[in-house]
Amino acid sequence: MDHWWEKDISGCGLSGIINWDGKRISGSVIRKSVALMHDRGNGQGGGFAAYGIYPEHKDHYALHIMFTEEPGKPTRDFEDAMKETEAYLDKALAVDLAEDIPVKVTEKIPSHPLLRRYFVKVKQGSRKGTAMTEDDYIVSVVMHINDRIDNAFVFSSGKNMGAFKGVGFPEDIADFFMLENYEGHTWTAHNRFPTNTQGWWGGAHPFTLLDWSIVHNGEISSYGINKRYLEMFGYKLALLTDTEVVTYVFDLLVRRQGLPISAACMAVAAPFWKDIDRMEEADREACEAIRMVYGPALLNGPFAILFGHGKGLIGMNDRIKLRPFVAATKGKTVYMASEESAIREICPDPKEVWAPRAGQPVAVEMGKGIVD
Amino acid sequence: MTIDAKGIYYRQLNERVREEIKKGAADVVLDNVNGQRYIADGLRGKARITINGVPGNDLAAFMDGPTLIVNGNAQDGVANTMNDGKIIINGNAGDVLGYGMRGGKLYIKGDVGYRVGIHMKGFKSQIPVIIAGGTAGDFFGEYMAGGLLVLLGIGRKKGEPIAGSYLGTGMHGGVMYVRGFVDPRDCGAEVGILEPNEEEMAELSAYLKEYCKDTGHDYDRLMKEKFIKIYPKSSRPYGRLYAY
Repeated sequence: MDHWWEKDISGCGLSGIINWDGKRISGSVIRKSVALMHDRGNGQGGGFAAYGIYPEHKDHYALHIMFTEEPGKPTRDFEDAMKETEAYLDKALAVDLAEDIPVKVTEKIPSHPLLRRYFVKVKQGSRKGTAMTEDDYIVSVVMHINDRIDNAFVFSSGKNMGAFKGVGFPEDIADFFMLENYEGHTWTAHNRFPTNTQGWWGGAHPFTLLDWSIVHNGEISSYGINKRYLEMFGYKLALLTDTEVVTYVFDLLVRRQGLPISAACMAVAAPFWKDIDRMEEADREACEAIRMVYGPALLNGPFAILFGHGKGLIGMNDRIKLRPFVAATKGKTVYMASEESAIREICPDPKEVWAPRAGQPVAVEMGKGIVD
Repeated sequence: MTIDAKGIYYRQLNERVREEIKKGAADVVLDNVNGQRYIADGLRGKARITINGVPGNDLAAFMDGPTLIVNGNAQDGVANTMNDGKIIINGNAGDVLGYGMRGGKLYIKGDVGYRVGIHMKGFKSQIPVIIAGGTAGDFFGEYMAGGLLVLLGIGRKKGEPIAGSYLGTGMHGGVMYVRGFVDPRDCGAEVGILEPNEEEMAELSAYLKEYCKDTGHDYDRLMKEKFIKIYPKSSRPYGRLYAY
């Protein structure tokens, strides 16, 4: 036995920034923060979600699509996948701009998928005879491409936002996508250390749908039950990574069923029954109802997540805090990360730094700041 | 001996610290530390290391002798399996502090996170001591097997509990003192709660005097509030679990 064998000690790293006053921050800032936690990942995935980056196209849905190989599936020419996807998009949507996502090939990211973006609108009449909203329609388009078109994956589909992700360390992915050229009011970042599934471009975080984006450190042990629950509502789980369910759970609970975000957070990290028994009656009834109705949405297992959307950023832990999570404030900016040092790297002198309690979300809303 | 740690990768920084100590430096100051892991891990001897900034995870794991002073907050995993020496943290500290700690002292001025003092152990003169000034999260002293774990609750907000749930779950050795009230429903089934006797208070006071000197807390003010003692009801709580 080789006693000098060095274990690769890692555990995924997260970082997030939001300026709730809407001031835009360069992508180089979040890059610097997540790069400090380099050793939390192993180069098998890095990614970013950015909000407020496409003000010139803010009324368009921005579809970021990768044409790439998928683990365990046959691969064809990516140009063919692109042609099939573009023919479908032209039929399904009004495509006002189609272009390559600008990238800079470096020795750190030597190979990459075909990466394209499409600024689209829903055509008049395309939803005729259905009860679909525009958002519902876009979701159906995303599900169709991810599920039905081989080697094509939509990796973000919101308005005035975008995801940038791939196989590599996050700082190298940031350089590859030249994130220093983007400015957003909200950013999240992820450094991946894949545990249960192999690293591939589609499996890097964030996972997004419309303007929801999730970066996640941990494991969703309840993946099976969450997946079956979501499939009942028409979601197709195509990305081979547990985190995908978190994105769709929030889409289902908040966008489609209209739950307040705080209630959705309670559903995914529900209080223990022993603690519910100790609550005042009104709280107890609310918690019991949420646990009973949304039992299959409960996320079991260790996690820290950052959950971005166009109007804010939420960070939270599992119910017994099995993953690290620190938050800080300075002026109208709120920071959240796996390690305090990752915050101090970009904000050396925060006004307040704290470790949020297990299962207690830190929710920031644009224009308001931290809300209860 | 001062080292500017700004932007230095943990491996180079720790090599540098070891070299200086090997050359005879008794007092090493690290400025601008931010996130460097594994500082003073497995380090022996009597050197004193002052860390200005926020050191990274696994500070002082397996440390055996030195004194560390952290002027800042500390992250997760401080003093894992530490054997001897002393750590003073002039700030808050993260989760899983003093895991399996078997000797030495860990004094934290402020709050601590989850799973502090899990499976601390003691034997004869080896008595690990953790004193935390503020509040603690869940699983404080879980599976504790020896040593001394003290929680002071200084500066907590009104109505805020001093510790979280599952306090002392599986505890079967050592002793905890908490300054204030702990709801028995938040404690493991394996612990009992008593008022400390005079002899026990005298022992605790000696540690607290030292702690206050190190961290700047006011000893007299501290002692105005009552302490409770949390102890294991059995040294083998699961001895009959699989033997009926």
